[in-house]
Amino acid sequence: MKKYDVIVVGGGPAGLAAAISSSENAKTLLIEREHRLGGILKQCIHDGFGIIKFGEKLSGPEYAEKYKDMVKEKNIDIITDSFITDIKKNDKTFSVTVVNSSGISQYETYSVVLATGCRERTAKQVFINGERPAGIYTAGTAQYFTNILGYLPGKDCVILGSGDIGLIMARRLTLEGANVKGVFEAKSEPSGLMRNIVQCLEDYDIPLELSTTVSRVFGKERVEAVETVRVDKNMNYIPGTEKVVKADTLILSVGLIPENEIAEKLGISTDIKTKGPFVDNSLMSVNVPGIFCCGNALHVNDLVDYVSESGETAGKNAALYKNTNRKLTKIIISDEFMYCVPQYINYETDEKNIIFYIRVKNNCNNVRIIIKNERDEIVYSRKYIIMRPPEMERLVINKELFKNTSFINISLENGDDNI
Amino acid sequence: MNMYCIECPNGCFMEITDYEGKITVTGNKCKKGYVYALQEITAPMRTVCSTVKTCFRNIPRLPVRTSGSIPKEKIFEVMNEINKITVSENVSIGDIIINNVLNTGVDIIATSNTYES
Repeated sequence: MKKYDVIVVGGGPAGLAAAISSSENAKTLLIEREHRLGGILKQCIHDGFGIIKFGEKLSGPEYAEKYKDMVKEKNIDIITDSFITDIKKNDKTFSVTVVNSSGISQYETYSVVLATGCRERTAKQVFINGERPAGIYTAGTAQYFTNILGYLPGKDCVILGSGDIGLIMARRLTLEGANVKGVFEAKSEPSGLMRNIVQCLEDYDIPLELSTTVSRVFGKERVEAVETVRVDKNMNYIPGTEKVVKADTLILSVGLIPENEIAEKLGISTDIKTKGPFVDNSLMSVNVPGIFCCGNALHVNDLVDYVSESGETAGKNAALYKNTNRKLTKIIISDEFMYCVPQYINYETDEKNIIFYIRVKNNCNNVRIIIKNERDEIVYSRKYIIMRPPEMERLVINKELFKNTSFINISLENGDDNI
Repeated sequence: MNMYCIECPNGCFMEITDYEGKITVTGNKCKKGYVYALQEITAPMRTVCSTVKTCFRNIPRLPVRTSGSIPKEKIFEVMNEINKITVSENVSIGDIIINNVLNTGVDIIATSNTYES
């Protein structure tokens, strides 16, 4: 049985960054189930990646290539075309079972970085009446067909959901000659970034209909039309607002869910808000020490730059991992926030700063994020003109501020007061 | 006039005023927003990303993009040029696929390799 210090699961942007930082201090193995490294970036041919990390607007494959080059320069063992079927916790190590064309093999490691990414919510996970003909795709599948295989998924497309991939695909399909009849979003605000509303929809006169959803699919063999309906605040259909839109393709961009099958098997407790593991600031699981998590497996990010950053953090800490007892400070967030990662702080880590990734539930104007310790003292505050759910906020805060407190409270208050 | 900046994910909401020919931009968090706003009200520019056909069985499509931005109204003409190409020899990331496409001064470049490095 081969022994490693760190095994990184997944060769997308999070896993590549994790393997690179881990290899500085530890013998590292990277396992990827596909033939090529790069994960979802391979099919994200649009630009806008790496503005924060590299200061340039790269396409997905270019961003991935930069990391693949860095991986090659390091001493990292890589196996591709390989699936992990099981990870078992031993006394001091983990046993990882891998299946590939050469059979089943076992590896032993001191720590594991889960960089397994996320999955798209599918047609079965949203409520649509009617037939189940061909022509219903998730945005990611449509993207794979178009950009990797070179097949246009359809000619007259309706997109349900205004997530970024849906918006990107609206533009992409239009460029390739399809007629995108509209993007329908059940919520009253778009889910994607504003820049994508502008450069993917407005630039091509693609209509965006908010508070509207797809309620029914028509068509026996292939999608022939869909019915749209307006919805109220509670997502109930408004009778009499139904419209039939002729289309041969329905594309769903209705959310992403972190992939944590392996984590579940290990009994890792997950946060219902992020749908990823509860972690401390080293991105280590709070209840299964030695398991680290990063990227979209931890929480769904809107920017790859932050995916890489979390990979780097997880990889570095996995390499330095020693099984010692942690004293954790709980982070409590107020109702206005969708989630905060990490959910706990371990004060005894090497980092000077703690990076918080935090997202609000609804659009908020003129607000202030306030962090208080157990003595109700304000240790940090920052003003925002606007906060939107699609745009995750990143806070870098000196760890010293969280000394000697058993919990911290993060709340959102009116930005007008003088603090 | 109001617009959202598309230069970075911040997506700043900007207000552009033209007072007797003197243009002021507010709401932008950085200089890129100002430059974008001026360009957008005079001659909007965009980058184009797409794919070209290849002869390689394992990689049937090669991703490409414009090396810089092109006039917005030329997007579909540029797509037409991109769609004429079939790559039959190995190319590397950054290689020029179309030189000075439609005289825009911008090249179409490969954003991936046709081979496994």
